[in-house]
Amino acid sequence: MNFSEVFKQSNQLCKVSPDGKYLATCVQYRLVIRDINTLQILNLYTCLDQISHMEWSSDSLFILCAMYKRGLVQVWSLEQPDWHCKIDEGSIGLVSSRWSPDGRHILNTTEFHLRITVWSLCTKAVSYIKYPKACQKGLDFSRDGCYMALAERRDCKDYVSIFVCDDWHLLRHFETETQDLSGLEWSPNGSVLAVWESCLEYKILLYSLDGRLLSTYSAYEWSLGVKSVSWSPSSQFLAIGSFDEKVRILNHITWKKVAQFEHPAVIDNTKTVYKEIEKRPTVTSDEMSLHNITVASSLFSTQSKYEISPLPVQIPVVKPDPDRANPKIGVSALAFSSDSRYVATKNGGFQVHSLNWHRSGDSLTLIGKDQLCLCYMDTEQDDK
Amino acid sequence: MFDWMTIHKKLFNKLLFCKMRNLYSPLLRHFSQSSLPLHRNTNVQSAFCTQQNVQECLSHINQEVSSLGLPTVWVELDESSDLNVVTVLNCMYDLIQLHHRSLRTLENIEVEQLKSNSKLDYLQLSTTRLKEQLECSKRENTGLLERERQLQQKVKSLQNCLKNEKEEVQKLQNIIASRATQYNHDMKRKERDLNKLKERLNQLLADKKERKQAIDVLNNIGRADGKRSVWKTEKTEAKHEGEMYKALLSDYDARQRDLVLENAELRKVLQQMKNDMVSLLRLKKLTQNGVQNQCNGTQVEEDGFDPSKELFCVHACEKLTNSLRLQWRRLKSHVEQLDSQGIETVPRESHEEEMDKLKLEVQQCKDLIQTQQHLLQHQLNSSCDEIASLRNDGYMLQEKERLRGEWKTLEEQRSIFDRERKNFTEAAIRLSHERKAFEEDRATWLKHQFLSLSPCGDLKKPLLSDTTGASSTGVCLFLQRPPVDISTSFEICISTGGKNTQMPRSKPAYCGIKCH
Repeated sequence: MNFSEVFKQSNQLCKVSPDGKYLATCVQYRLVIRDINTLQILNLYTCLDQISHMEWSSDSLFILCAMYKRGLVQVWSLEQPDWHCKIDEGSIGLVSSRWSPDGRHILNTTEFHLRITVWSLCTKAVSYIKYPKACQKGLDFSRDGCYMALAERRDCKDYVSIFVCDDWHLLRHFETETQDLSGLEWSPNGSVLAVWESCLEYKILLYSLDGRLLSTYSAYEWSLGVKSVSWSPSSQFLAIGSFDEKVRILNHITWKKVAQFEHPAVIDNTKTVYKEIEKRPTVTSDEMSLHNITVASSLFSTQSKYEISPLPVQIPVVKPDPDRANPKIGVSALAFSSDSRYVATKNGGFQVHSLNWHRSGDSLTLIGKDQLCLCYMDTEQDDK
Repeated sequence: MFDWMTIHKKLFNKLLFCKMRNLYSPLLRHFSQSSLPLHRNTNVQSAFCTQQNVQECLSHINQEVSSLGLPTVWVELDESSDLNVVTVLNCMYDLIQLHHRSLRTLENIEVEQLKSNSKLDYLQLSTTRLKEQLECSKRENTGLLERERQLQQKVKSLQNCLKNEKEEVQKLQNIIASRATQYNHDMKRKERDLNKLKERLNQLLADKKERKQAIDVLNNIGRADGKRSVWKTEKTEAKHEGEMYKALLSDYDARQRDLVLENAELRKVLQQMKNDMVSLLRLKKLTQNGVQNQCNGTQVEEDGFDPSKELFCVHACEKLTNSLRLQWRRLKSHVEQLDSQGIETVPRESHEEEMDKLKLEVQQCKDLIQTQQHLLQHQLNSSCDEIASLRNDGYMLQEKERLRGEWKTLEEQRSIFDRERKNFTEAAIRLSHERKAFEEDRATWLKHQFLSLSPCGDLKKPLLSDTTGASSTGVCLFLQRPPVDISTSFEICISTGGKNTQMPRSKPAYCGIKCH
C-alpha cells in the first residue's frame, strides 16, 4: 500500500467527484481541484470568505462553495474555469446550502429556517418555499432525483410537502400524525417515505408517494425513541435504531417487525467478536461488535492487531450522564451492505463517526475521529 | 351445757341409729342380716354350743374374747363351773360396744365412699367437659394458624406488589426526568433561537442599508438533460401527477409479481409436502392393516382435484392447507403410535431389509466362488495335458527364432542405412565446401583475368590456397592449364559418394567464360 503526501484541508471538506475523476479540497478560502490519479492540481479557485460547506454537483461539472457567515454561495465550473456564479442571500442570512439532484439548482436555507430559496442556474429564476422545519433531517431527495420531500411546520402542526424536482411543482402537501417530526427519508425505490418523531416518542410513520399513510410502527411508549433510521438498498427492509440499544427491522409488505437485534453488554450468541489490541498503552482499546461477521482481517495493522476473543465477551460500557439531553446511548448509526445481506450498527458512545459499506458489499469502513479501519467480510464459498 | 351435751349425745345416737337404718348400706344389711340368723335362731339350738360342749365353748369364747382385747369371761382355775354373770354381761356389753363402733366406722367409710364416688363422677364429668373444650380450642387454634398463614402470604404478595409498584414508579420517574431534561434542552435551544431572532430583527430595523438577495451569473448554463425547460401549466401538473401514479403502480406491480411467484413456489412446496405425506401414510397403512384402506381410499378421492386448474381460487388454497393439516395430524399420530409401540416394528423392517441385502450378497459371493472354482479346475485340467503344452512350447520357440532372425536382419539394415546416411552427409558437406572453394577460385580467376586484361600483363599468381581438396586442385588445374580434361575429376568426386551417375562430358559452360 502506498500513501501520497499529506495535503492541507480545512473543515473536513474533502470530497471526490461523483464520477470519481477529481478530488476537491478546501483550504481556508481556496478551493483546490486535483486529478484523482495523479493528484496534480488542475484548478484553483478563490472564494470571498472561509468556505463552510462544499459540494459537487451530480454531474461533476460544478462545485458549490457556501460561506455561511457572509451569506454567500459561489459556484465554480470545472470545464470553464472563467465561469463564475455568486449567490448573495443578503440580510436574510444563510444556514445551509445544497445542490438539487439535477445539478442545476441550489437550495439555500436562510437563517432561522425562515424559508428555502431555490436558485436556478439555468434561468436565474428564484422560488421560495416557506416554513421549512428545522429538524434533524427535514429535507430528502429521492434516489432517482425526481422528488423532494420537505418537512414543514405551520401553526404548531407538522406537514410534508412533496415537490417534483423538474420544475419545483408542489405535488402533494399533507399533514403528518406526528407531534414533533424529526426526520424523513425516501426508500431507495422512491415509493415510500419514512417519517419519524423526535426522540421523546417512538413513532415511525410510512407514507406512500401520493401522501397516503401506509402504516405506523411504535415499539414502546414513554422511553426515548428513534435515534437512527436506514433503508436497505432493495427497499425491502427498514432498520430502526433506538435509544434502548436495539435495532428493529421492518419488512415492506406488512410493515411489521421481522427481526430485532440487541447490543447487550455481555456478548454470548454471535459468531465471532474481534477485539482490537493496541500496542501503545496510552491509547485506550477500541472494541466493536458487529453482527453476522464471519471473518475479517485488518488492513492497517502497523500499530494494532485484531484477535478473536472467546465468548462470552464483556464490552466495557461507559454509563452516559443521564442528566444530559440527547444522551450518548442507543444505536446511532446503521448501514446496510449493498446486497442487503448485512447490517452494521454502532451502539453507545464509541468513537466511530460513520460506517460505510463498499459497493460490492464485501468490506466495511469504520471512520473514527483520528482513525480509519476496514473490515473485510468472508465471501461464501461456491459450493455452499 | 350439760343438758346440751346429753341432748346432743342422744340426738347424735338417734340420728346415727336412723341413719344406719335409713341408709341401709348393703354392707350393713348384709352384716345385720348375717348377724340376724344368730339372734333369730335363739329358739333353735345353735350349732356352736350344746349341753355337752359347754366347757369347750367357754374356753373357745374365752380365747376369742381375749384375742379381741377384752377381759376373759371365765377363769378356768375356778372350781365352780358357774359362769360369772357380771363378767359375761360386761363381756357382752363390750362386744356390743365394739359392734357399735365398727358399725359406726363402717357408716363413716360408706359415707366417705359415697362422697368419693360423687366426687369421681363429678371429676369424670368435668374431664369430659374439659376434653371437649380442649378439642374445641385445638380446632380453633389450627383455624387461627391457617388464617395467620394466609394473611402472611397476603402480606408477602402485597409487599411484592408494593416493590413492583415502587420500581415502576421509579422507572416512570426516571422517564419523566429524562423527558424533562429533553424538554428543558429544547426549550433552551428555542429560547436561544428566539433571542437570536430578536437580535437580528433589531439589527435589521436599525440597519440602514438592506442587502438584497441577488444572483450574479456570468452566463446561463443549459439544463442537465439538455432539454428546453417548459412553462408550468396545468398540463405539466397533470403530467407530473400521472408520472407519480405510474411510478407507484409500477412499484406495486413489481411487488405483486414477486409475491405471486413466491406464492406459487410456496403452494408447490405445500403440495409436494402433502403428496409426500399421503404416500408415506399410505405405505405405512398398507404394511400395518388393511382395515383402514377405506378411509385411505376416500382420502385419495379427496385429493383428486386438479391442482393446476384451481390453484388461484381461495377455496382451493383453503382446501390445500386443510388437507395438509389433516395429513400432518395423521402423520403425527402415527409417529406417536409407533413411539408408544416401541421400537420393534421399525428395526424389524430395517432388519429384514438388511437381511435380504446380506443374503443377496452372500448368494453373489457364492456364485463368484463357484465360477472361480470352475475356472481353476479348468485351468488345472488344461495344464495336465502335457503334449498340448509341449506343442505350444514348440510353436512358441519357432516363433521366437523367426522373430530373432527378422530382428537381426532389421538391425543390419538399420546399421547400413546409418552408414549410408553418414556418408551422404559427409559428401554433402564436402560438396558444399568444394562449391564454396570453387566459387572463390572463380572469383579470383575472374579478377585475375580482368587484371591480366589490363595493361599490367603478367601477374599470374598462384591464387588458390592449399587447403582445398582434390577436386579443387582439379579445378585449379583447369583454370591454369586449359587442356586438362576436368570431367574425369568430376567423375571421381562423384563416384566416391556411391552414385554412379555420369556427368555430361561437355565443357563446363557454367564457368561462363570461354577460354581461348
